[in-house]
Amino acid sequence: MDGRARLGALGVYVLLVLVALWLPNEAIGSFMAPSGTDWPTMLSDQIAIYVLLALGLNVVVGMAGLLDLGYVAFYAVGGYTIASFATKYGWSFWETLLLAILFSALAGVILGAPTLRLRGDYLAIVTLGFGEIVKKTANNSSYVNGPRGIQGIPHPPTLSEFEVFGVQPLKYALLDSRPYYYLLVFLIVLTIIFVKRLEHSRVGRAWASIREDEDAAELMGVPTFKFKLAAFAIGAAIGGSGGVVFAAKQTSINPENFVFLVSALILAGVVLGGSGNMPGVMLGAFVVAWLPERFRGLQDYRMLIFGAALVLMMIFRPEGLWPSRQRKAELAEGTGGMGSMGAEVAGPGAAGATAEVGK
Amino acid sequence: MLDDFINQFWPSTIDGLSLGAIYALVALGYTMVYGVLRLINFAHADIFMVGTFAALWTVQTMGVSSAGGIGLIGVAVVMALVAGAVSGGSALLLEVAAYRPLRKKGASRLAALISAIGASIFIQQLFATTVIPWVFDTSKEGGKLPLNEHFVSRNDVVDLGPIHISNDKLIVFVGAVLMMIALDQFVNRTKLGRGIRSTAQDPETAVLMGVNIDRVVSVTFLVGGAMAGVAAALYFLRFEQAWFFTGFLLGIKAFTAAVLGGIGNIRGALVGGFALGLFEMYGSSLFGSEWRDVVAFSVLILVLMFRPTGILGESLQQARA
Repeated sequence: MDGRARLGALGVYVLLVLVALWLPNEAIGSFMAPSGTDWPTMLSDQIAIYVLLALGLNVVVGMAGLLDLGYVAFYAVGGYTIASFATKYGWSFWETLLLAILFSALAGVILGAPTLRLRGDYLAIVTLGFGEIVKKTANNSSYVNGPRGIQGIPHPPTLSEFEVFGVQPLKYALLDSRPYYYLLVFLIVLTIIFVKRLEHSRVGRAWASIREDEDAAELMGVPTFKFKLAAFAIGAAIGGSGGVVFAAKQTSINPENFVFLVSALILAGVVLGGSGNMPGVMLGAFVVAWLPERFRGLQDYRMLIFGAALVLMMIFRPEGLWPSRQRKAELAEGTGGMGSMGAEVAGPGAAGATAEVGK
Repeated sequence: MLDDFINQFWPSTIDGLSLGAIYALVALGYTMVYGVLRLINFAHADIFMVGTFAALWTVQTMGVSSAGGIGLIGVAVVMALVAGAVSGGSALLLEVAAYRPLRKKGASRLAALISAIGASIFIQQLFATTVIPWVFDTSKEGGKLPLNEHFVSRNDVVDLGPIHISNDKLIVFVGAVLMMIALDQFVNRTKLGRGIRSTAQDPETAVLMGVNIDRVVSVTFLVGGAMAGVAAALYFLRFEQAWFFTGFLLGIKAFTAAVLGGIGNIRGALVGGFALGLFEMYGSSLFGSEWRDVVAFSVLILVLMFRPTGILGESLQQARA
C-alpha cells in the first residue's frame, strides 16, 4: 500500500470513529430505539457489548476456525472477576479490568489445553459444556452468592469532569449511559487495531491455514496447537473485558446473565455478519443486538420473529451480510471455509469437502 | 458423601438407567442427523419439547387419571404414537423449511448451525406465545404446564431386596430399549436404512448408486423426530410436566450423550445415553443434586480428553451402525 492509500484508509477509520462517537445522538435514537427506551442505554448495554464480544469470538471462530459454543463463559469470568474483587477487596475498575483480562485468558488456556486436540463439533460441544459448567458453578457457589448474584459493583472512578457537547465522557455515573458507550468504543477500537495487526502477522496467517486445513498446516510446520491456544486465549480475554464493563455498568450480576442464548446470539452475529471479516462481524453483532430491542413493542413475539429472521437471513445470505472476499470465493467453490454439510452434492468443489469431514 | 453414594447406589442406578434411556432416544435423532448432514441440529431439542406437549394433550383428551398396570402401558403406547407422529412431522417440516434451502445453496455448516439455533428459538417462542395459550386452556405460569393431578399411579413392580423399580421407570426403560432395537434393525436391515448409511458414508457415490438424497434426509429427520417424540412421551410419563423450555437442557444433555458415545454412531448414542444418565445420578448422590449438570459436562470433557471421538468412536458410515 503506498502512502496516499494508507492516508486515505486512515481517513476512513477516523471518520468511522467519529460516526461511532456521534451515534448516541437523539436524532438517530428517535428512529433506532423504540419510544420509551433510552437509545444511549441500548447502545451501551446491548449493542456495543455485543459488538465487542463478537469481535472476540471472531478471532476464535472466524479466524482460527474453531467452533466455540460456550463463549459466554469468558464473559462471565470477566463479570465475576470485577464483581468479587471490587466488592470484596475494594479493587478499582481499571485494576480489575486488567485482572479480568488475565483471568479470562487463563480460563481460555485452561479450557483449551486439554480440549483443543479435539476437532470440529467435538470442540463445539465441549465448549458448550464448559459454558454450562461456569454458569452452574456460579449458581451453586455461596462465595458469589449463588443465584442471587453480586450487587453493589462500583462504577468506574471518574477520570475527569470535563464536558463536550453536554456530555461528560469520563464521568461514570448511574444516570448517563454515554460514558460507558464511549468506554466500549475505546475498547472496540483497541481490539480492532490489535486483531487487525495480528491478522496480518505470522499469527494471522497461521490461523487462516489452520482454518482452511489443519493437517496441511501441521505438515507445513505450523505449530497448530500453540496457535489454537493463542486464539482461544485472545478471544477469551476480549470476552472478559466485555464482562467487566457490563458488570460495572449494571452494578449487579447473576448467573442468569450468562446463559447459552448469549453465546448463541454472539455466534449468530459473527456468522450473520460474515465470519472472519471484522466490519461484517460488527454489522452482524449490531443487527443481532439491535433487532430484538428495537421491536420490544411486540413483546413476546419479538424473539419469535427474531428466530424466524435468523433462519431466513441464513437462507438468503448463507455467506453472511458482509463476507470477506476470500470467504466469498470459498463459498463459490462450495466449501465455505469450514466444510459444507454432509449430504450435499451441489457445487463443483463439494466432493473434497465432504470427503474431508467424513474422516 | 461416600455414605450417601453407597446408600443411594441402587436407587441412583435405577433412576440413571431410566433417565439415560430418555437421553439415548433423543441422542439418536442428533446422531442420525449428524451422521447424514454433519449438522448439529439444535432444534431437535425443541422437537422433543413439542412431543411433551403432544403427550400432555393426549392425556388431557383421553381424560386419564391415576392409571396403573396394563392401563398405564396402554396410555404410554397411545402417548408415544401421538407424540412420535407430531414430533416426526415437525422434524420433517423443519428440514424442508429451514435446512433444505441451505443445502441447495451449498451453505457452510456454520450457516446451517445458526439456522438451527434460529429454528430452535422460533419453535420455543411459537409454543410459548401461541400454541400453549391456544391449545391448552391454562394460565401461563411462566409457560410451565404441570398437571393438577398425577395421572400415573406409581407402585413398585420389581422388589428384589435393595432394588425397587416402580412401574413408570420400568415402562420408560423397556419402551426406550424396544425403540432402540427397532431403529437399529431399521438402519441395518431395510433398504432405506442402507440409503441412510450410504449417504452418511459418501453422499456423492450414494447419489451415483441411485440413492435419493432428499428422501434419505427427510426419512432421517422423520425417524429422528419420531424417536424424540417417543422419548418425550416417556419423559412425560415419568415427570408429568411440560414446559416450552424443557427441551433446552435435555437437548444439550442428549447431544452430550451422542458425543460421549461417538457422534454419528447409533449404538454409541445408546451407550452414551445410559452412561450419562448413570454418571449424572451417581454424581448427584456424591456431590448433591445441584451439581449434576456440572458432573455431566465434566465427564464429557474428561472422556473426550482420553477418547477424542467418544466411547465407541465410530460413525454411522461404518458397517456397525
